[in-house]
Amino acid sequence: MPERKVTVVADVGLHARPAATFVRAAAKAPMDVWIAKPGRDPVNAKSILQILALDVQQDETVVIKAEGDGADAVLDELANIAGSP
Amino acid sequence: MRLTGAGVSPGAGHGPAYILTASVPEPPEDSAHAGDADAEKERALAALRQVADELEARAARLDRPEDPASGGPGREGADILRAQALMATDPGLTVGVEALVDEGVAAPRAVFSAFAKYRDALAGAGGYLAERVADLDDVRDRAIAVLTGHPLPGVPAEPAPPAEPGGAPRPYVLVARDLAPADTALLSRDVVAAFVTEGGGPTSHTAILARAMGVPAVVGCAGATAITPGATVLVDGSSGEVRTDVSAEDLARAASLDQARRAARARAGESRGTRDGHPVPLLANIGGPQDLDAALRNGAEGVGLYRTEFLFLGRRHAPAAEEQERAYRAALVAFPGRPVVVRALDAGADKPLAFLPPPGDEPNPALGERGLRLLRRFGDVLDAQLGALARAAASETAELQVMAPMVATAEEARWFAQACRARGLRRAGVMVEVPAAALRAASLAAEVDFLSIGTNDLAQYAFAADRELGTLGDLQDPWQPALLDLVRLAAAGAAEAARPCGVCGEAAADPALACVLVGLGVTSLSMAAAALPAVRAGLGEHTLEQCREAAEAALAATGPASARAAARACLPALDRLGL
Repeated sequence: MPERKVTVVADVGLHARPAATFVRAAAKAPMDVWIAKPGRDPVNAKSILQILALDVQQDETVVIKAEGDGADAVLDELANIAGSP
Repeated sequence: MRLTGAGVSPGAGHGPAYILTASVPEPPEDSAHAGDADAEKERALAALRQVADELEARAARLDRPEDPASGGPGREGADILRAQALMATDPGLTVGVEALVDEGVAAPRAVFSAFAKYRDALAGAGGYLAERVADLDDVRDRAIAVLTGHPLPGVPAEPAPPAEPGGAPRPYVLVARDLAPADTALLSRDVVAAFVTEGGGPTSHTAILARAMGVPAVVGCAGATAITPGATVLVDGSSGEVRTDVSAEDLARAASLDQARRAARARAGESRGTRDGHPVPLLANIGGPQDLDAALRNGAEGVGLYRTEFLFLGRRHAPAAEEQERAYRAALVAFPGRPVVVRALDAGADKPLAFLPPPGDEPNPALGERGLRLLRRFGDVLDAQLGALARAAASETAELQVMAPMVATAEEARWFAQACRARGLRRAGVMVEVPAAALRAASLAAEVDFLSIGTNDLAQYAFAADRELGTLGDLQDPWQPALLDLVRLAAAGAAEAARPCGVCGEAAADPALACVLVGLGVTSLSMAAAALPAVRAGLGEHTLEQCREAAEAALAATGPASARAAARACLPALDRLGL
């Protein structure tokens, strides 16, 4: 399955505004999208509650996965959001 | 009634109490729907969608504030509301609601139970996530209210009417268990004079929005919702004090204090010291990066005490080097070119750390292996911390100083200084908390670069009075002349060795005592950030000579009350400033 590995650089980690922006973008994707911390079970990238509970802090790395038509474009966009300050 | 919480947005505010207690009742546990699961599911999801739409609509209103001045809180408030809208339509939550309705559960209870799973996860995580629980509860209650027709608790839309005909309308002191951002986001200073909540922490919405609005706020204030509605409440968003039964005099005094604080804040950054220009750096005590914002807002000229053990309380293992480095660097970044004094892990007694256990059963932990004594036993933990500090400091301009807690002898001071130097740390110091260290301050100071007096522990050990025992409060009074004697000895010993000697205990937070400490020869003062403006104002109105006279007067007294009175008589501007 195509994936992107990205380090979260925002001060607040993947919380607050970055989390909301990320979830809104993921929700537009036609396929399932997953996000995980390395070595941990992935969670639904369209779920703000699961992403908050994942508790991704600044400087932590996450892996985002999706499969299907247009998956690469979706992953690029999401990796860009997660990697933005 | 006098309550205390955490002051998270400075300033004084008062007004009639407006108590938000009504909440949406929990739907009964055994409530079942009529049998048409599909219709019930649609009803539940429609309610959640409606809540999401309402929250989005409110966010959109905040994005277009009629008053440009409200742009700051507007943006932050809008972010919160949008995140809540996403929670209402969360796919995981939706699946949970549908599954419960399929089992026969009625829509309101299904919503309640589906939220509970996430609520527990967030609450259990603590910190920032636990504070998001209020957001989640608000979304849940709104959805349940839509489903059951229950009215939602609301905030006042306009201020209280004037107390007398022809008077001005009176903004409320808004009191609640916790405030939901959907409510607070649309409030203005015309309606609210201050916020008080029983729950919440420094990063709760109430705190964030209150600061953005410039309205005082106290959070974590137990018992606040028991205040009588309409009673006049005085809120000190700096000290965290909340009072009812206030007199006109109290209000005037609060206004004067507030003014002094504002004036002092306006001068923040100007290092004025005493009125005649004797410099006294005023520094902040912090427990982690979360306290830096308050330190900067209150004009701290650096950090005088970084209590690093607070980063690691409740941990089973020593924190990773990178995590430590990050937490230390945050403070160094906040104060470029300024002193940042970091205390090495001070574990033991009232602050046990699982990864620094005392060697055996200690019947009297305050006199046991704690502070530096434990760090010598766990040299690798100290070395890891010193290494993380050195790495954090390498790329920053802040002047990092590292000090050891619970030092009693010159030999201990030398050992610690060597440990610091081995890691390339240039400035090492020791705390003076044990009377032996104060008595032989010159010999300790000769081994290190600075001394810092911790008045709370110094009082505990000088008076053999457990600081945790409220009944011994008199003996813990920082105005006790014997404690002042020890401070004078420590400062004089440091001066003899040409070393600076600060105070980083709560004693420095009292504007009168701060002047006395300077008069005793103390060279810098570090305190809770909220106390800085008042101390700066008091010190800036008196000369070094007046401070010395106040110190002499206090030392000549026989007890704490007379010491305070005698010192204040030498510091005439304090009363004028309402300090």
